[in-house]
Amino acid sequence: MKNKVLPFFLIIIFIFIFIIFYKGLQDTNIYTPKTKINYVVPKFEANLFYSNKTVNSSEIFEPNKFYLLNIWSSWCVPCRQEHSILMELKKKTQIIGINYKDTKISAEKFLDEFGNPYQKIIFDKDGTTAIEWGAYGVPESFLIYNDRVLKKYIGPLNKESFKEIKSLIK
Amino acid sequence: MKIFKLILIVLIIFSFNNLKANINEDIKYKITKNLRCLICQGQSVYDSDSEFANSLKVLVDKKLQEGLSENQIYDYFKDKYGEWILYDPKLNKNTYILWLLPILIFLIGGAIIFKNFIIKKN
Repeated sequence: MKNKVLPFFLIIIFIFIFIIFYKGLQDTNIYTPKTKINYVVPKFEANLFYSNKTVNSSEIFEPNKFYLLNIWSSWCVPCRQEHSILMELKKKTQIIGINYKDTKISAEKFLDEFGNPYQKIIFDKDGTTAIEWGAYGVPESFLIYNDRVLKKYIGPLNKESFKEIKSLIK
Repeated sequence: MKIFKLILIVLIIFSFNNLKANINEDIKYKITKNLRCLICQGQSVYDSDSEFANSLKVLVDKKLQEGLSENQIYDYFKDKYGEWILYDPKLNKNTYILWLLPILIFLIGGAIIFKNFIIKKN
């Protein structure tokens, strides 16, 4: 009896391990942080792009208003893709930009070439303000209402996200 | 003599400053080694030279200067990016299998060895 139970037990363990590894193979090993929603806007202090004035996050976002916060850079190629969408969204809502690890000259050139959709731009030279927002690359966008982040978009905005934002801010 | 004393005091103060800087560097090394770079996954923030990792290094420095402890800094990053950003996750309801399974396997293995070899011998 004992001799029969042991092989059976071993086979079950083997199948169990095989299923775990097989499932693991199918999972992507690239981790993307969970897109938390409906959390309070992080508190930060940063310099404004044009005036160089230091502002507090509470001075930027007013209550009962929609804002789209967009992290961008002149060296980021996907930012060029989404720029036309931002220019369209400018008509619907206020857009705040975080200029990520860029030089002022390149950023100004970029805005001259493609247009400026931003109501305010925060100059994030060392990339720390973007981390306060939980971003890990450019571009990333956050839809904000009443000091809360309603939605987070990792990567460039596209037609679908444009439609979604439009329907949310109606 | 007075000048000698003054130089000695200045030297002592200077050496303490240096000591503090070294302690901060050690903690910074430990923290950045335990943070995972999300851009080049598989590398720690310390080893990575990506834009994201470099920003994280600056922020760790800032937080240390603000007086935050090692665990407070880990909590801060965990809040932003989730538990996955840590190489050494803490024991909680999501990670208890990860921590307890090796101990369990070790105990079961030990029990089998004990039963088969030691008890049989006796």
